[in-house]
Amino acid sequence: MNRAPSGWLVYGGLFVGLLLMVVPLPAGIELARPYVLAMVLCYWLLETPEQVGLGTAFLAGLAADLVSGTLLGEQALRLVILAFLVQRFRARLRFFPLWQQALAVFALLLNDRLVDQAIHAAGGDGWLPWATWLAPFVGFALWPWLFLLFDELRLRSRDRAG
Amino acid sequence: MAYPGTPAPRLTEGAGGTLPLLAYLALATVLMVADQRGGFASQARQHLSTLAEPVWWLASSPGRLAEGAHDLVTTRSRLLADNERLTRELQVNASRLHRLAAVAEENQRLRELLGGTRGYRLEAKLAGIIDVDLDPSRQRILLDAGSDDGVRVGQAMIDAGGVLGQVIEVTPRRATALLLTDPEHAVPVQVARSGLRTIAFGTGRTDMLRLPNIPQSADIRVGDRLVTSGIGGRFPAGFPVGTIEQLHPDDTRLFVVAQARPAARLDRGLEVLLVNNTLDAVDDGPPLPPPPPPANEAPQESPAAATATEGDPAPAPAEQEPTP
Repeated sequence: MNRAPSGWLVYGGLFVGLLLMVVPLPAGIELARPYVLAMVLCYWLLETPEQVGLGTAFLAGLAADLVSGTLLGEQALRLVILAFLVQRFRARLRFFPLWQQALAVFALLLNDRLVDQAIHAAGGDGWLPWATWLAPFVGFALWPWLFLLFDELRLRSRDRAG
Repeated sequence: MAYPGTPAPRLTEGAGGTLPLLAYLALATVLMVADQRGGFASQARQHLSTLAEPVWWLASSPGRLAEGAHDLVTTRSRLLADNERLTRELQVNASRLHRLAAVAEENQRLRELLGGTRGYRLEAKLAGIIDVDLDPSRQRILLDAGSDDGVRVGQAMIDAGGVLGQVIEVTPRRATALLLTDPEHAVPVQVARSGLRTIAFGTGRTDMLRLPNIPQSADIRVGDRLVTSGIGGRFPAGFPVGTIEQLHPDDTRLFVVAQARPAARLDRGLEVLLVNNTLDAVDDGPPLPPPPPPANEAPQESPAAATATEGDPAPAPAEQEPTP
C-alpha cells in the first residue's frame, strides 16, 4: 500500500521537467513557458515526501541553473523556497480537491516569480519582461492534467511492481 | 489558510525543516554571489556545463527532426530554384567581394602613407546555433562550437546582416554568446555617414538598440546606418550594427537619445560567423585623424564612456565603410 514509486519515475519526471525548460518554443510564447520542473517537484513532494525533500529541490535547481544558464544557485534558491512551502502545507494541499490544489499551485508559482524578480533586481538586472508573469497562469491551467498524468503513471508502476 | 485547532501534528516536522531550509538558502545565495562576481563558481559552472549537454541535445532534437523531415520532403523543383537563387547571390557577392578587396588594398596603402601601424587580419569561423531557449530574461544563444574548435571568450559574432553579439562563456564543445540586444551588452559604434562615434546599448527587446548621450549638435539623422567603430578591439571595425529609427531629446534636454533597429537577424538564424581581430600591432583605436587616440575601452562600458565620445566629422567614412 505504502510502496514508494520507483526512482526512475521520480527522477525521470524531474528530468522531463528540466528538458521542458529549454525546449524551443516560438518567440513570444517562450516568455510564458510554465515552470514544469517546479510543478513536477511539487507533485512528488506531495505524494512521496520521504523520497523527495529540500535536498532534491536544491539539486534539481542547480541542474536547472546549469541547463538554462541562469546564475548558479538562482533556481536552486527558488525551488528550495517552493519545496519548503509545499512541505509546510502538505497535509492540507494533499486533500484539497483538484481545482483548489491548482489554485494553491498557482499561488506557489506566483510567489516563485516574485522571488525570481527579487533575485533579478538584487543582481542589477531590473524588471522581468511582463509576459513572464503569464507563466503561473499557464501552470495553473496545466496542473490538473499533470497531476492526473503522474497519478496514473505512479499507480500503474505500483501495480506492475506489486 | 489558518487552521485554528490543529497545528500540533505538523509543528515538529515544520520546526525541524527550518534549519535545513536556512542552510540551503544560504548555500544558494553564496553560489549566486560567487557566480555573479565571476569567481570560482563561474569556473565550476563552466566545467559543469558539459553535464548539461545531453539535455541541450535532447531538447533541440525535435527541431533537428523537423529540419531533417523538411529536407526529405523538399521537392526537386524547389531545390533547383534554391540552387539558382544561391548561385545568383554567390555571383553578386563575389563581384562585391572583388570590389571590396580592391578598396581594402587601397585602404591599406593609404594607411601606410599615413604611417599608421594598424594592420589587422580578420579570422572567421562558422558555428551553428543550437535550438534551445535559455533563460528568457537574458538574451543569449548557445553555439555548437567550443574551445576545442578554437572559440574564445570575447570573439565577435556576426551573421549575414551584421553584428549579432559576442561570446561570453566557453566550454570544450559549447559556447554561450550574449546578443547585441541584451541589456548588459554595449557595442562601440560609428555613424557611417558622419563618423560620429557613440555606444549602442541593448534594451532587452530583439528589435531595438539604444544610443543615449548623443550631443544635441551631433550630426545624426533618422535612417543613418551604424557600423562598429572598432574601439576597444573586441569588435572588428566596419560591420553593420543597425539603422537609426528614432531620435528624441532625453529628460535633461541636453542630449539626444537615439533608437536603432539591429541589422542582424536576431530571431532564429541557423548559423553565425565568429570573427576576431588578430592585431599585428598595438590597437590604437579607429583610424581617425585627431591625434589623441581613444584608449582601449572594453565594449561593456559604463554610460560615462558614451559621453566621452566626440562628434567630430571624420574624413574617413568612405574607407571605414566601403560596402554599398
